[in-house]
Amino acid sequence: MTTAGNETGKEAGARLDAHTREIVEWHFNPGTGCPFWLDFAAKAGWDPRKEIKCFEDLKRFPPFQDEWLRGGPVRKWAPKGLAGKPMFIFETGGTTGIPKSRLAFEDFRTDYEMFSDTLPERYFPRGANWLMLGPSGPRRLRLAVEHLCQHRGGICFCVDLDPRWVVKLIRQGLMEQMELYKSHVIEQAVTLLGAGHEIKCLFTTPKLLEALAETLESRGSSIREAGVTGIFAGGTEFTPQYTRFAIEELLGEGVYLTPTYGNTLMGLACSKPVTAEDGYKIAYYAPQPRAVIEVVKFDNYDRVVGYGETGRVRLTTLTRETFIPGFLERDEGEREPPFEKYPWDGISGVRPFRQFASSTTVGVY
Amino acid sequence: MLNLPILRWGRPYTSLEQDSVVHFLTGKTLAKVSQANTGLLGRDMRLAGRARDVLAEIPIPQLIEIMKKAGDLYLNGTLRMGDGEQSPDDFARQQSASTGLPEHMCKGNMKKNHFVLHHMDQILDCLTRGLNLDILTRGYGTESRGVVVSYQTQSPVLGLVLPSNSPGVHTLWLPVIPMQVGLLLKPGPQEPWTPYRMAAAFTEAGIPKEAIAIYPGGGDMGAEVVRRAGRSMIFGGTATVERYKGDPRVQVHGPGFSKILLGDDVVDQWEKYIGLMADSVYLNSGRGCINCSGVWASRHTKEIAQALAERLGPIEAKPPEDPEAALAAFTIPGAAKAIWNSIAGKLDETGVTHMTAPFGPRLIEMERCGYLRPTVIHCDSPDAGLANTEYMYPYVTVVECPQSQMLRNIGPTLVCSAITNDAQWTRQLIDATHIDRLNVGAIPTIKLDWLQPHEGNIVEFLFRPRAFQTLDIAV
Repeated sequence: MTTAGNETGKEAGARLDAHTREIVEWHFNPGTGCPFWLDFAAKAGWDPRKEIKCFEDLKRFPPFQDEWLRGGPVRKWAPKGLAGKPMFIFETGGTTGIPKSRLAFEDFRTDYEMFSDTLPERYFPRGANWLMLGPSGPRRLRLAVEHLCQHRGGICFCVDLDPRWVVKLIRQGLMEQMELYKSHVIEQAVTLLGAGHEIKCLFTTPKLLEALAETLESRGSSIREAGVTGIFAGGTEFTPQYTRFAIEELLGEGVYLTPTYGNTLMGLACSKPVTAEDGYKIAYYAPQPRAVIEVVKFDNYDRVVGYGETGRVRLTTLTRETFIPGFLERDEGEREPPFEKYPWDGISGVRPFRQFASSTTVGVY
Repeated sequence: MLNLPILRWGRPYTSLEQDSVVHFLTGKTLAKVSQANTGLLGRDMRLAGRARDVLAEIPIPQLIEIMKKAGDLYLNGTLRMGDGEQSPDDFARQQSASTGLPEHMCKGNMKKNHFVLHHMDQILDCLTRGLNLDILTRGYGTESRGVVVSYQTQSPVLGLVLPSNSPGVHTLWLPVIPMQVGLLLKPGPQEPWTPYRMAAAFTEAGIPKEAIAIYPGGGDMGAEVVRRAGRSMIFGGTATVERYKGDPRVQVHGPGFSKILLGDDVVDQWEKYIGLMADSVYLNSGRGCINCSGVWASRHTKEIAQALAERLGPIEAKPPEDPEAALAAFTIPGAAKAIWNSIAGKLDETGVTHMTAPFGPRLIEMERCGYLRPTVIHCDSPDAGLANTEYMYPYVTVVECPQSQMLRNIGPTLVCSAITNDAQWTRQLIDATHIDRLNVGAIPTIKLDWLQPHEGNIVEFLFRPRAFQTLDIAV
């Protein structure tokens, strides 16, 4: 049995099962659930409130289709139990066609407050100002990072970045335009960092971090010299080699980098501390029980692979705002065993799912 | 098995990401190659200027001598290769095992590279049209006829995005180092062998290691090399050619669509040229851009196609170590089948005849690879869907087309061997800007004159001639 802090693997499992029952009860209760799931239950021929007793039972649901998230009316996702609370709409995809939308209330704040507890104070000091150098517009990340900063007592500076435009430029082979746009974004970041705002923390993507470091160096400065000590990075695939390169060559002593894996549907998975001794391996752990990552077999999405084996990412989101059972992500990776801090499964080596890899366009975001 | 590191201007760097190069028949790992992330290159480009600086400290005549020594080491030496060693036989076996090219052809390509390295003085003399090579070092000087000239280097290094499937192309970049320009190499995933062996031979012969960098990686690394280097050479398909078309920083080498045109004055003697045609189609496994993929004539085309089919159709796939092997394997799973399906889907068109059909199936599928046996297609008009197609194996279409319409129908053609004595038509051929290399007469498309430029003069690509005047400096 895995023991961790004050929770064991068994206890974590029990907590997940209890949480699953609570969330299913909420979403399928006519008094609190959302129209989409109530309608689902009416047609399913079975009552989730009676039959879902544990997390494992969620397999009774068909795989969640992300197509269900495209198009309106978006209020079909609004739980009656949260009626009257301010709502946000966060989008993902949408370079062409209708984007996927997630209705949100407070989840993004909760997720990032939990994430905040994992940040080392030395590098992400409370009260420090932040720069959000990532996708803006209708994205959860934009507000989430700002909330994280505010939660820690800081003020968040932002730049505009439209990842859909970047993806479009890349798909059309307009690389010069893409570089110009990237320079435009980086230029704003460099200006803000040099404007005396005492920005010490940064959210950015791997490619933008590279571009920012290069631009600063070309001007005789560096990330460290610009005053940044903590970098929370995510948005696109993080490899151990990239992380090693960033830590050894881009950032140097005194700057801490924490890779994350997340998306609009799940929230944010934190990484186990990345160390040179561990080959800069990046293992992510979902914020269980609010979200669960499983690494499942390519030919049977109901079965997890063995530890160290490769499979497709299946996400389950279990909050009062959102119930997404068994959503098959466009990513794959290796199943990681629980460890002290997170006594549940994790995932490493996250990369685009092989079936989609050739058609995935990774921009600056 | 060898472990091949990234070479960061000579400094070995082992990446946390490795790509396995495997034997196409056995699946055995031949090498693990460190994969670079694009940021590494971005940072290392700060040192690109040093590559030219260290080379410029060595006079060009001395570099030319070093090239000769490097050529000998490349052809005959046992060289350090990553964490191991590699003999010439190892090299040929490894290159054959990952690219599918028969071993004797790999050895043949080694001799070509050796030839180029050994004749570097003549090659540079021809490519620069007799320029005093010190002028490339100084940037200016006086020509033999007493005129001041200046050649300005356009980039301290040449970026090269190299192919996996055509080990014969490396002769193109060998003149770069003796012109005191550094090399930034991105090897093809299945053909790391030549870049690493050449780098080892160069440095052992005396080239400063800071002058050569090797960044293995995926497509993103290729794009990064082109983005970062002031001048690059890239090898790819039609899509790559289109992407970089018109970019003065990039020299693109794509499909050749090389052809033999038979003039009306000689076509009735077509039998005299069948050997030349067959050689042009299939020698060196038909994989090169200079291999002939189209024979065009106004008449006798069915007979020509039949004669070619009889010569080429029976050729069988043989093991790579067989000295008689004439075909290269397609080592990427499914590639041979995909190519064949693409051809087979167009064979039903009216006016198209598969002439090699009586000689057995063309597609040979094996456990880990596939072969395509030589294929001859007859097209009764240039309008046929297959009339101007090219595939990387001995594949040729014989196209019936009036001589007067050939030039407007052949499309871009890397090598055109026009067999004719018709002076007027020859004039038109000389003026045709869509033909790159022109052979007039019975010359196989694959016969290269090493002293002439290939798809653009590399000297003109790397150095810009410009006006230069000075009052007080002796030139």
